[in-house]
Amino acid sequence: MTLTLPRSYQGANGAAGPLLFLEGADRVALGEWVTVRIPGTTDRRGQVIDAGDKVTVVQVLDEPMGLAPGRAEVTLTGEVARAVVGKELIGRALSGVGLPLDGLPPPVGEALRPVNGAPMNPSRRVRPSEFIETGVSAIDGLNTLVRGQKLPVFSGPGLPALELAASIVEQARAPRGEPFAVVFAGIGITARETRRFLDRFTKAGALERSVLYLNQASDPTIERLLCPRMALTAAEYLAFECGLHVLVVMADLTHYCEALREIATARQEIPGRRGYPGYMYTDLATIFERAGILRGRPGSVTQLPILTMPDDDITHPIPDLTGYITEGQVVLGRDLHRRGVFPPIDVLPSLSRLMNAGIGKGRTVPEHRQWADQLYALYAQGREARLMAAIVGEAGLGAADRRALQFGEAFEKEFIGQPLGRRTLPETLDAGWRLLEAFPRDDLTRISDAAWAARQAARAAAP
Amino acid sequence: MTAPALIRRVTGTLVEAAPLPGVGLYELAAVGSGGLLGEVIRLAGDRATLQVYEETNGLEVGEPVSPSGRALEIELGPGLLGSVLDGLGRPLAALAAHSGDFLTAGANVPTLDPARWWTFGPALAAGATVAPGDVLGTVEERPGFAHRILVPPGVRGTLAHITGGRYTVHETIAELADGTRFTLAQRWPVRRPRPVAARLPDDRPFLTGQRILDFLFPVAEGGTVAVPGGFGTGKTVIEQSLAKWADADLIVYIGCGERGNEMAEVLSEFPELTDPRTGRSLMDRTIMVVNTSNMPVAAREASVYLGVTLAEYYRDQGYRVALMADSLSRWAEALREISARLSDMPGEEGYPTYLASRLGSFYERAGRVQCAGTPERTGALTLITAISPPGGDFSEPVTQACLRVAGAVWALDPALAHQRQFPAVDWEVSYSEYLQGTLPWFEQEAGTGWTDARRRLLELLQRGRELKEIAALIGPDALQDEDRLVLEVARLIRELVLGQSAYSATDASSPAGKTLALARLVLALHDAARAAIAAGKALERLDLAHQRRHIAAVRDAGPEAWPQAAETAHAELARLGKEAV
Ligand SMILES: Nc1ncnc2c1ncn2[C@@H]1O[C@H](COP(=O)(O)OP(=O)(O)OP(=O)(O)O)[C@@H](O)[C@H]1O
Ligand SMILES: [Mg+2]
Repeated sequence: MTLTLPRSYQGANGAAGPLLFLEGADRVALGEWVTVRIPGTTDRRGQVIDAGDKVTVVQVLDEPMGLAPGRAEVTLTGEVARAVVGKELIGRALSGVGLPLDGLPPPVGEALRPVNGAPMNPSRRVRPSEFIETGVSAIDGLNTLVRGQKLPVFSGPGLPALELAASIVEQARAPRGEPFAVVFAGIGITARETRRFLDRFTKAGALERSVLYLNQASDPTIERLLCPRMALTAAEYLAFECGLHVLVVMADLTHYCEALREIATARQEIPGRRGYPGYMYTDLATIFERAGILRGRPGSVTQLPILTMPDDDITHPIPDLTGYITEGQVVLGRDLHRRGVFPPIDVLPSLSRLMNAGIGKGRTVPEHRQWADQLYALYAQGREARLMAAIVGEAGLGAADRRALQFGEAFEKEFIGQPLGRRTLPETLDAGWRLLEAFPRDDLTRISDAAWAARQAARAAAP
Repeated sequence: MTAPALIRRVTGTLVEAAPLPGVGLYELAAVGSGGLLGEVIRLAGDRATLQVYEETNGLEVGEPVSPSGRALEIELGPGLLGSVLDGLGRPLAALAAHSGDFLTAGANVPTLDPARWWTFGPALAAGATVAPGDVLGTVEERPGFAHRILVPPGVRGTLAHITGGRYTVHETIAELADGTRFTLAQRWPVRRPRPVAARLPDDRPFLTGQRILDFLFPVAEGGTVAVPGGFGTGKTVIEQSLAKWADADLIVYIGCGERGNEMAEVLSEFPELTDPRTGRSLMDRTIMVVNTSNMPVAAREASVYLGVTLAEYYRDQGYRVALMADSLSRWAEALREISARLSDMPGEEGYPTYLASRLGSFYERAGRVQCAGTPERTGALTLITAISPPGGDFSEPVTQACLRVAGAVWALDPALAHQRQFPAVDWEVSYSEYLQGTLPWFEQEAGTGWTDARRRLLELLQRGRELKEIAALIGPDALQDEDRLVLEVARLIRELVLGQSAYSATDASSPAGKTLALARLVLALHDAARAAIAAGKALERLDLAHQRRHIAAVRDAGPEAWPQAAETAHAELARLGKEAV
């Protein structure tokens, strides 16, 4: 790990896509940061991905067009890729590689940190258990988000994932006045999407609490690999050294994975499923595992990554590998969206694995689990009844199935759908109870007598 | 004098170094000036390829490499229980003391605390002849847990002296006439199975406390189980539930390429939970091996061997050990990553062609055995392995390779998980080859009628499934009352017998007696309701909801309360019968 001083070489020996081949370089380190200077073009940056005493391979992070190896002056900097971090970054808009986009001078920051970070020692982690109110019933009630969690949104082309993320960000800024920040990594998203998202941000007053890393659709794909790591390096510093609660929104991870595939192809690697590299799981893990809370440190990193399921296919490697790493997923449904339900969250395939630690007595309400289980059970039954009704007609259903069918419709409209905007947790719970109360008590098999009695008493007491 | 070996190439987790004329395959070496741990996996001329178990970023061409002459080993001895190790056997707590909250490469910390004192009580005296596996004496590793100090494999002779007293793990506790010294600790290369005297038949069940598993797909002590399932189907919850409640003396839990927060969950929960068998903290019977998905990938590959070696070591002492590995797919992927970098000729989906044979020999390390040495004792190593098929597709190579060798398969189904039917074990796809061998035990210990109840229950489930398909075509209302009753009973079986919440304070673990009682109650409900329908009563007029509530009360009753609740529920059933007459 003893990195050497900068060394410059005149002329590289070959190029293929974003890869540059250099022969005879001295004491090259894996991951070493490289600058490539070609007269008449802007400087490019790159990273050593294969260090050898004969041939060294550099992955160039900027536009490969015009990369002329013979004319390139290649400098091995003796350093690994690092990012400027610091509280000063809050309120700034930077490119995916950390250059200013807001017309201000480049940030000086408080420190430089390696963008790859280091894995948290699992024994130093604190088990996440602190409820975050998002204002979204399908999340707060049924798929609770907690601080330190990584909970992605699985979207489809044209589904309002960014709107959902923006509304969560708006809400997440409020609670208990603790210091917080938002780090947004826009990975290969269009200028239009970026603008829409930022508008919501600005309106909510969240912009002055945010650091933006924007790798736009028009930027070189390879920069997409760096962008989330820049963002997370900044986030870790804000969380673990400045004590802020940081919410990291990353969109769209699908573009990230496609960039990964492009590089793998350029390197002529053996492809895994659907052409994505075999190490994509490990690679994504080095991004998603950078969420969490550390013992004895006040801040936290919570991740809300967004990805697009190609062809709405949840078994596609991108959502599949993500789901295997993250602590659940919020899945958007096209059918709900078509019927005008916002947010169109399909709760059946959605899941928050850390929900259980974040709900219950002393956290939300004691009966939260049974209440959620009951809504789930009835809704699952309702969806099944809907399928059946499509064939045999509603009249062919038994009484219980008919009730479940009606419940399903109402649940989607009145509980999942939030035409009036955000709900507090008590409002969410109440919306669920109202739907449950349409059933005979005997049908509510998940609800204990104690929870039922408490609800009835509370209702009687309410004005 | 030969030239010192230097790094010639670094790519991913692999390092090429030369000249290394004398090294052997699987020999360890210190790589780079930071002394990272590497293992020789390929040799060509005097050039060696090493897989490095730690982060290789920053490693430079030209840094030194020095071979160690040893293979990848683990130090075995008192102090392992309750510890949390990384894939190389380094305690995470020691790593934190060494390098803080984040892991860095090159930390050299021992598995066993070299400064800790233990009290050794000899079981033999000077003059005794000893052979491999003989118990030299014991150390009380945790309150009430006797750690047996064994003569290491391959060592025999006459004891020149042996003395009880307080020792650290590296001090001499005994010596053979030929000068061989014994300490509390011994080393073992993790890739090699530890020897046993004989393998025993698999006829004792490994009680999991999960109704659907014990009742439908039991595993024998010393058996092997594959638990394949897509993401979020409940593999980790099953592994953790078994680690908590299964009937074993000791648990080795390997978090292989999975989540850091899941490890934090175990570490915060287990010390707080009480082992119902001993009344002590659950952590006292647990060893964790943790290599999360973002930790170096080569160490992930090593971690399963480390874990199984730890398990074998306690098995050799005569304990019943269960190994939970979550997930073997991540291990296989590590293998694939390494082999791809070696430019091996890939097999199916890029996995190396030796995947199946490596998996096979790993599973072979399980078993119920006659331990080597005296006094005579048996031990068991039961293996429960999670598998994460891409896209939930079981036809992929890793799942297929595991299915070929595992003795039982608990297949998890995303559709069940989406309906929150947990454990989401698909009873149509799952199977156990241990069923016939273990049924006699259940019949005798859990209560007669186990086999019969199991058969009837499965028949009802099967019939319920068929009827459901018919109902989907013609509508449930068009079915006869008797058939609609079967649909209803099948639903109750899923809800009250097979369904079991891992988060329930009282029902997270179910003793075999309670499992049988619940099955019998639902079957009796079916009999009574069928009799009533036969006597002319309409299904709608039967108060099944009332009966359901009483059976649910049995399910939700804790270990002391369920027998009473079962009696009440049975008494209530008699009412349903009588009403009908
Ligand atoms: N027996 C159970 N009781 C209650 N809930 C369960 C049970 N089993 C699974 N679950 C629910 O399912 C969720 C996912 O389970 P789990 O984390 O074990 O999945 P997994 O198969 O290990 O997924 P991955 O492969 O992504 O790690 C849990 O967080 C929990 O909410
Ligand atoms: Mg899991």
